[in-house]
Amino acid sequence: MTGVKAYSGEEYDVIVVGAGHAGSEAALAAARMGNKTLLMTINLDMVAFMPCNPSVGGPAKGIVVREIDALGGEMGRNIDKTYVQMRMLNTGKGPAVRALRAQADKHAYHAEMKNTIENEPNLTLRQGIVDELIVEDGECRGVITNTGAKYHAKAVVVSSGTAARGKIIIGELMYSSGPNNSQPAMKLSENLKDLGLNLVRFKTGTPPRVDGTTINYDETEEQPGDEDVNHFSFESSDEDYLSLKNQLSCWLTYTNETTHKIIRDNLDRAPMFSGVIEGVGPRYCPSIEDKIVRFADKKRHQLFLEPEGRHTKEWYVQGLSTSMPEEIQQKILHSIKGLENAEMMRPGYAIEYDVVSPYQLKPTLETKLIKNLYTAGQTNGTSGYEEAAGQGLIAGINAGLRALDKGQFTLKRSEAYIGVMIDDLVTKGTNEPYRLLTSRAEYRLILRHDNADMRLTEKGYDLGLISDDRLAKFEAKKQAVETELERLNSVRVKPSAEVNAFVESHNEKALKDGVLAAEFLRRPLVSYNDLLKFIPASAEPLDRRVVEQVEVRIKYAGYIKKAEANVARMKKMEDKKIPDRIDYDAIDGLATEAHQKLNKIRPVTIAQATRISGVNPADIAILTVYIEQGKIAKIAN
Amino acid sequence: MSTTTEFDTIAAVATPPGEGGISIIRVSGEDAISIVEKVYRGKDLAKVASHTINYGHIIEPKTKDEVDEVMVSVMRAPKTYTKEDVVEVNCHGGLVATNEILQLILSNGARMAEPGEFTKRAFLNGRLDLSQAEAVMDLIRAKTDKSMKVALNQLDGSLSRLIKNLRQDILEVLAQVEVNIDYPEYDDVETLTTKLLREKATEVRQSIERLLKTAKQGKVLRDGLATAIVGRPNVGKSSLLNHLLHEDKAIVTDVAGTTRDVIEEFVNVRGVPLKLVDTAGIRDTEDKVEKIGVERSRKAINTADLVLVVINASEPLTDEDRNLLDITDDDKRLIILNKTDLERKVSNEDLADWAKPEDIIGTSVLTNQGLDQLEERIASLFFDEGIESNQNSVMVTNARHIGLLNQANDALGDVLHGIAAGMPVDLVQIDMTRCWNLLGEITGDSYQDELLDQLFSQFCVGK
Repeated sequence: MTGVKAYSGEEYDVIVVGAGHAGSEAALAAARMGNKTLLMTINLDMVAFMPCNPSVGGPAKGIVVREIDALGGEMGRNIDKTYVQMRMLNTGKGPAVRALRAQADKHAYHAEMKNTIENEPNLTLRQGIVDELIVEDGECRGVITNTGAKYHAKAVVVSSGTAARGKIIIGELMYSSGPNNSQPAMKLSENLKDLGLNLVRFKTGTPPRVDGTTINYDETEEQPGDEDVNHFSFESSDEDYLSLKNQLSCWLTYTNETTHKIIRDNLDRAPMFSGVIEGVGPRYCPSIEDKIVRFADKKRHQLFLEPEGRHTKEWYVQGLSTSMPEEIQQKILHSIKGLENAEMMRPGYAIEYDVVSPYQLKPTLETKLIKNLYTAGQTNGTSGYEEAAGQGLIAGINAGLRALDKGQFTLKRSEAYIGVMIDDLVTKGTNEPYRLLTSRAEYRLILRHDNADMRLTEKGYDLGLISDDRLAKFEAKKQAVETELERLNSVRVKPSAEVNAFVESHNEKALKDGVLAAEFLRRPLVSYNDLLKFIPASAEPLDRRVVEQVEVRIKYAGYIKKAEANVARMKKMEDKKIPDRIDYDAIDGLATEAHQKLNKIRPVTIAQATRISGVNPADIAILTVYIEQGKIAKIAN
Repeated sequence: MSTTTEFDTIAAVATPPGEGGISIIRVSGEDAISIVEKVYRGKDLAKVASHTINYGHIIEPKTKDEVDEVMVSVMRAPKTYTKEDVVEVNCHGGLVATNEILQLILSNGARMAEPGEFTKRAFLNGRLDLSQAEAVMDLIRAKTDKSMKVALNQLDGSLSRLIKNLRQDILEVLAQVEVNIDYPEYDDVETLTTKLLREKATEVRQSIERLLKTAKQGKVLRDGLATAIVGRPNVGKSSLLNHLLHEDKAIVTDVAGTTRDVIEEFVNVRGVPLKLVDTAGIRDTEDKVEKIGVERSRKAINTADLVLVVINASEPLTDEDRNLLDITDDDKRLIILNKTDLERKVSNEDLADWAKPEDIIGTSVLTNQGLDQLEERIASLFFDEGIESNQNSVMVTNARHIGLLNQANDALGDVLHGIAAGMPVDLVQIDMTRCWNLLGEITGDSYQDELLDQLFSQFCVGK
């Protein structure tokens, strides 16, 4: 280091590097578990900043937010305090895929999270750039900042996001930068590489923002929020829900042939195609130039205009992510209905950044190479605020547990989308920014948004992240669900004229004999509220969340049972642990590819090993026999 | 993702393949008893004492048809070879019956055991010591290569293509459902309705059912066309058999009723594999030993793909002959007028009620007369008119494949059932995905990421 004099800073239990969505959750979790925690950020004004879309949730992601909340994380509460629109998606589909999404006031979201962090005892928020990790004897023991401070800690979480050697690209313009023109972290990546971690380069992008007062809304379609009450956090109160008139709408418009021509005519200036961009971009979030090239026969693409907050005129043009030159971006915007006179306030850009290939991580998100070092969020190759927050929470929990000298915490694929995501990352790796999709979850009927609290609240409590009061409320809810399920399985619906008139009005077969209320509710068109017309009311009026549980668990019982049987089948393999120090070189008979992959990924359970592509059943057979052999013969491994 | 796991209930034929004797099908795992119970008629296997042998029948659970008469041993964990629940089905040997029973067991929830897998389980469950374990490792290692080769050979190119096409069809549907879920606001992606899903499921189901029908034809080519030779005693059935075999196998005498055992022989008649079943003469008999033979002849007729009715041309038609002709009337049948070297008492016209002229063949086994004509007729029946066979179609012959196809078919049944019950498309899709995975196990490519690749190449989505 030139000129900067090193000094010894304070000691902490846990240090978190980066205060985006991953870092915020990590730091809060570690601190709430009783650890003296330091949260470092390059810029205090960018805590939990949303550099891309101003929204939280959606399919799969919305379920992650609920999972974070059930485990005692912050994202759900934070968005419930700062949304400008709330909408439940997929309402016409089954319960497993319904998804809540909120439009956020991105400035309020940031301010609220920063406030929460500032008010958390045990947690210090500080501005500064971490240049190096202190690593001794293969263990991470702290960080060194560019101002020369040496902070020691028992565990460190790195969640540096796109700041890691970030590079912004707009047409021919290219410069080192973190998200949204913030300062990048240039040295930390080099340090991670020197420590032996393998880094790869990913790319993502964001669309231009326009002045909302210059949008002609008459040319677009309104997309309002929901009247029906819904929140992310299980703790948020229904009374606080914003009435529709207090919510902001989004607006829908489309690209057209003119737009596409402008893009095609200027492809030679598109960094995506001129070879300037080396990072791998996500397929699910393509830039507009990518869409035009790959889907050449499509006449138009949807664009959603979304407000960035209540106290700003900036609007986000969802669907128009681009790294075309600024001049072309303007032309593109002006070719679009409703945006003919739109004033661009910020251009869209592509950003390249460093990623720690996630196969180097354990399912706890600790690096295999360096003990006590955890990574989370975009650093691990994911994309999305929710994915980042989910990992941040797990990394923070495990760093916290390590500092407390306690065992580590993981979630199974059958327990949470967070578990699916982390297992995918550490088992399969990813060669593009990873986004959670419902199709990635094989047990999605079990991983519903409505039962996230049922799945995870107790775990959150055991970790010290859920209060006694909240646990008591949760248990009361659980009890209410069970009681009502029992009741509906004993009360009968009688074949009265009234009942049959109702049934026939829904084009269903009339009742001849009385049926159990639960069975009646299983009919597709019968809702819980319909049922209540024909049976006595429950002893106490039920909360809508209790009703939702009861309804889902009765209506889809057959499918849920099947899914649970699959989980049970897999559980035995999940329970078969592979010893930590297993020497794959000592196992004869593994196929070469399997041998390489097992050595690289070092799965923790037999179940995880089966999910590695290239490891076939015969390899698994040999592996299980080998492990068992060690047990019998006490072979040193 | 493969649905096969370490802890499934597994099944395989435990005796070496071949004719005659008894075959044992071994089933091991948590669900061994309940799976066999589904295809078994007899005592309630769930309730019988451990380590007992029980008499009963294997049945096709849907049609309730009897497949074979069997003895079933039930051995409960942990005192078994694998330390899991083990059920062994002792059946009448013969590839056909054995395979059929195995297929039924595979279709009802068991998975085909990998080479050495019973032994492996015995070891994993602590039943074997280290030296035995070493042997298991060797076994797995040695058999892995071989079994992979075998599996590849069993997977005929055209079958694999067909399955891949089916999977691609399903994949496109799945991708569309997924895109509807993950990108609900993209109005340019057509919403996949249950109506469309039903059409697709029905279509795929028809293909799978067609394939399953060929399972029987494949069986013919592999196991032979079951051919029963029937007739009154001493009309020359055994001589005919011997001629076809070109050797003396059956005991041939002039005393009626000397061929007492059912002899099964394979013979290649102009490229048609016949599994000949020589039978004791069909007649009313008080003779106890003979009676068993007669009953088995009747049974042979019932299970035969082709019946050769032999009639003595030198004696007038008897009631027994007529009876025999009547009971074989619905079968694929050739009438053989034997002993034409003697004075004819039965003319072709006398038999016109029972058969077309080309299916009535005059022979003399003694003078080798008409035998070429018979062989030609058998060949033309098989190749031109197609007795349960169609050379050009894709065939499924492998028990594992048949088991998987049956399960895939059941999954599609669940899809259609779900749609009929008004379930939303994303739930119904769970069973569609299961079908896709099961088909993938046949071709060996069940890989979750295929779906995402399909999704992103088929649809333009994303913010």
